[in-house]
Amino acid sequence: MSAGHGKRIYFDHGATAPMLPEVVEAMSPYFSEKSGNASSIHSFGREARKAVDEGRESLAKLLNADPSEIVFTSGGTESDNLAVKGTAMHGRRADGHIITSAVEHPAVLEPCAYLEGLGFQVTRIPVSSEALIDPEAVRDAIRDDTVLISIMMANSEVGTMQPVEEIGRIAKDSGIPFHTDAVQAVSKVPIDLDRLDVDLLSISSHKMHGPKGIGALFVRKGTGIDPILHGGGHEGGLRSSTENVPGIAGFGKAAEIARRDMGEVSDRMRGLRDNLVKEVLDEIPNSYLNGHPTKRLAGNAHFRFDFIEGEGLVLGLDMLGIATSTGSACSTGSLEPSHVLLAMGLRHEQAHGSLRVTLGRENNHEEAGYFIDVLPGVVSKLREISPFSGHTPLGSDGGDASVQR
Amino acid sequence: MVTPLYSDKVMDHFTNPRNVGEIADADGIGKVGNPQCGDVMWLYIKVDNDVITDIKFKTFGCGAAIATSSMITELARGKTLEEAKKLSRGDVADALDGLPPVKMHCSNLAADALREAISDYEAKHKA
Repeated sequence: MSAGHGKRIYFDHGATAPMLPEVVEAMSPYFSEKSGNASSIHSFGREARKAVDEGRESLAKLLNADPSEIVFTSGGTESDNLAVKGTAMHGRRADGHIITSAVEHPAVLEPCAYLEGLGFQVTRIPVSSEALIDPEAVRDAIRDDTVLISIMMANSEVGTMQPVEEIGRIAKDSGIPFHTDAVQAVSKVPIDLDRLDVDLLSISSHKMHGPKGIGALFVRKGTGIDPILHGGGHEGGLRSSTENVPGIAGFGKAAEIARRDMGEVSDRMRGLRDNLVKEVLDEIPNSYLNGHPTKRLAGNAHFRFDFIEGEGLVLGLDMLGIATSTGSACSTGSLEPSHVLLAMGLRHEQAHGSLRVTLGRENNHEEAGYFIDVLPGVVSKLREISPFSGHTPLGSDGGDASVQR
Repeated sequence: MVTPLYSDKVMDHFTNPRNVGEIADADGIGKVGNPQCGDVMWLYIKVDNDVITDIKFKTFGCGAAIATSSMITELARGKTLEEAKKLSRGDVADALDGLPPVKMHCSNLAADALREAISDYEAKHKA
């Protein structure tokens, strides 16, 4: 259903970005026509190998890295797992200290928690109310036995860009491997790994208009890391498994397009986003922007609306044909709202009222305009249903009849 | 993450919730939930001869919380207090053609709120 508009609008690029036609085209020969195993020496294998090599080169070019430093994985989650576990466990160690942040993706936080269970110690650096990490806090957390620092480049929820350049310098000065989860940042901000003091960097293809099921980990030459998948020794022994040739071909094409269009697309997204933020905050009372006002990903707008809950917003917008997401508990399948919003110091009831809008290259002014036209109605309808308002502030427990469940 | 898929009935009650509002001279009020959990329901009833003659709600919560609130007002209206007390979370979920398992806690809210409102009425009535 998309009343009054006639087409669906996709504002959830932080979740996944639609594959571009050129990407689909680049992949298609490798499903059947050229379906060889890239490890085979015959012509079928060689044409598959060529696609893998080209994909690797394209991705390396986007990041200004050496192709030999690109390890293909099944996606961002595997890249993060490989970076965290592979580095921590290098040298058959089962103890040591890891520094990460409170706002990392679960693909970093969960491996850290797992390692904690094995005997590692983990420091989770807190963030400011804008989700920013203070590099000095990272420096202060370093111990003699610190084996890894893992801090994301851009937050997946509120889009805040972390000072990875400074953190990288601090890590380098201390001789500690530095991993950054750049899943949300790659293709949106220029990354020059020749200049940046990063040893490991996670990338996901489908967040940059490539196919799902393929990702990569940049591993700087000389970084001590063990594989987490053992087998036939693919990817320089770091990631055994027959290469996902169509995935790599598509990923490579997506990287090529990102390199070509990044500047223009980012500028346009920033303009669209800034306007959208301004309009929403102007139009809707008791609305706020979560995250940093300027140090944020170009397409990311993350709002908070008092007195209402985010899932209702997402459903209400979906009924009007607009796809968004929320960090509220009800949408995550747990009873806890987003750990990122809580780490930023938002109260539970505030975090429940969040709405994430992540724009992408195919979005335009008409779509943003339609969103701005319909959002106030969706918000006010939910506010009419809500017991809370300016007169009955959110967080008031409703008096003695209240039952804590 | 689990993305709940709601029934048409849930979406209907979410989109067009029945009996939203407050009753200024309510005979009983039930306030349940906790904003921290993301679900709060305030339920107002009018009672005449042990029958619920009017019922309204205000809810802060997810789609299921709003739909279950709306549904319980339909289920409870016209029922005697004894009948209404027997309404369970299962009855509400069934009337909505089911709820995703992760959302079953939301429908607790509606049945709880009704029971709270009836207790509130009975406490005042005895006094």
